[in-house]
Amino acid sequence: MLVWSRSGRLVLWALFALVFGVLFLAPLAVILLSSLAGQWNGVLPSSLTTAHYGDVLHGSAGDAVKASLVTGFLASALALVSGTWAALSLRLQGHALRRLLGLLFFIPSAVPSVSVGLGLLVAFSNPPLLLNGTVAIVMVAHFVLISAFTFGNVSAGLARLSPDFEQVASSLGARPGYRLWHVTLPLLAPYLVAAFGLSFALSMGELGATVMVYPPGWVTLPVSIFSLTDRGDVFAGAALTMILVVATLALLLGLERVAARASGS
Amino acid sequence: MSAAAFTGTNVMDIDAAKVRGAGSNVHFDKVSVAYGAHVVLHPLTLDIAPGEILAMIGPSGSGKTTALRAVAGFVRPASGRIRIGATDVTDLPPYERGLGMVVQNYALFPHMRVEDNVAFGLRAQGADRALIAERVRDALGTVGMSAFAKRLPRELSGGQQQRVAIARALAVRPRVLLLDEPLSALDAQIRRNMVEEIAKLHRDLPGLTILYVTHDQTEALTLADKIAIMRDGRVCSHGPTGELYRRPPNRFTAEFLGRANLLPVTVVEAAGGKGFARAALGDTTLASAGRDEKAGDRSLLCIRPQHLSLTDEGGHSNRISGLLREVHWQGELTHLVLDVDGTAVRVSTTRLPIALPEAGTRLPLFFAPADTSLVPEDAGV
Repeated sequence: MLVWSRSGRLVLWALFALVFGVLFLAPLAVILLSSLAGQWNGVLPSSLTTAHYGDVLHGSAGDAVKASLVTGFLASALALVSGTWAALSLRLQGHALRRLLGLLFFIPSAVPSVSVGLGLLVAFSNPPLLLNGTVAIVMVAHFVLISAFTFGNVSAGLARLSPDFEQVASSLGARPGYRLWHVTLPLLAPYLVAAFGLSFALSMGELGATVMVYPPGWVTLPVSIFSLTDRGDVFAGAALTMILVVATLALLLGLERVAARASGS
Repeated sequence: MSAAAFTGTNVMDIDAAKVRGAGSNVHFDKVSVAYGAHVVLHPLTLDIAPGEILAMIGPSGSGKTTALRAVAGFVRPASGRIRIGATDVTDLPPYERGLGMVVQNYALFPHMRVEDNVAFGLRAQGADRALIAERVRDALGTVGMSAFAKRLPRELSGGQQQRVAIARALAVRPRVLLLDEPLSALDAQIRRNMVEEIAKLHRDLPGLTILYVTHDQTEALTLADKIAIMRDGRVCSHGPTGELYRRPPNRFTAEFLGRANLLPVTVVEAAGGKGFARAALGDTTLASAGRDEKAGDRSLLCIRPQHLSLTDEGGHSNRISGLLREVHWQGELTHLVLDVDGTAVRVSTTRLPIALPEAGTRLPLFFAPADTSLVPEDAGV
């Protein structure tokens, strides 16, 4: 414990509550209240109603949820496979090459997502790689943006993994594939699950690149929210945002349980 | 099935085809290891006989673990060849060498139960279920862990985990067992018990060749048939354990393998065929087991602290005296430090005169010529 005095701890808790409340809870609370507001002319909304939820659920919200979930799941799965593969491969390389390629993996996350979307749009608008107007280009955009995070998570896990496990497995006669499947990946499971969860959450909230490349019929939740708020339907946008939050939270909680089981805690 | 089933003579009925059928001796033939320009193991030539325990000991960075990892296949020699039995394994991947390995932190797979850990190697090699069940039962029985088969590693103590790690290595019936500081993570009491258990294990499995890397001289002295002492990437001495302890060939060996008092002497009379040389320490002439010293050579007379006595007993024909500097009582043992002609001499004794001597007292020290040896002063490898 860093602070021993009772008054000091109280001050710290108050500071934490203030920062957490203002930066994290207040925006969420405002969105929640907006999603339930019939009108909002004063400090607080009035005429609370669930009608906005009904409206968005009867509209295209279902399709948007499905598009977001499918995009998030597939892009995260793809990013997990490639990120894990890259992390495992780079581990075998020399220090300089490992650092260089590791940095390259992180470049897309340093570029504005709108630019990534624009780049993909230009790159894939002509044959032979004509993806413009397809669902695939949305997947590719999300994959490019989130793969750095899966790579980073898995690399961190590998760095913490004692080489003794794999070496003992090899000495006992386990070939590389058997060792990977039965030792390395199970030991990395908590990191894999965390990487997938983070990628999924990022994908669910991705707007900048998606708005540049999405085809008709594959409108994700953030794009729908943006459209609603852009045309002034703030309360419906807030309702859709809450659906996005709940869907993402539910999946992340599920993944957390999987991670806890995998790590045996 | 008895523990004898684990001996190296009837092993390898699962696939390790490239080393199967050969003996279990290990031969280092001028093996060197380098990382870039930095040589961590200078050309090493060494044999480990079938069924022998060879302990490699030395300070950190001496190259002992590198040598073990070269046998395991995790370090590629810069030069030289490694043979296990008749097979040159230098270019074989680790999983084809037919070894078992136990490491310091046990490295039990945390997501597998004890029985699955022990079965791992057999499953990896495609053994059939009946064989796996039999081997797992035998291996756990050998290390006394049968009752813990269903436990997860985190539910075991450090000593229990290490036993499971040994069982896991034994289950594949390796021809050579590599033990890399296997007891370093255990506390002193458990470590003592485990040393005794490993000694018993080897009595039960006399055909098993063991390469035991440690920095603990007590483990090496207790377990090893032979010891190789490493220093700066080289073997500075190698030989039967008792011989190395009683007749250290150089100063480093004398001081690293147990405690040693090294008194600077001048050889007065070579041992020749008479068995004992005579050496002068100041005005005192002492008899000592010699090697090939010549009269006039400067040398070090090596005498272990427990071989020095405060009383004249039968056969203790050597006598020196020193000024008592320190007394350390440690329960079972009392350690005295004396100044003998400017050299600090340590005495370890279980029996003391009724009155504990006080610092500043001049005390006689007696010892037998057979308990001494002459160590060349300049052989400081």
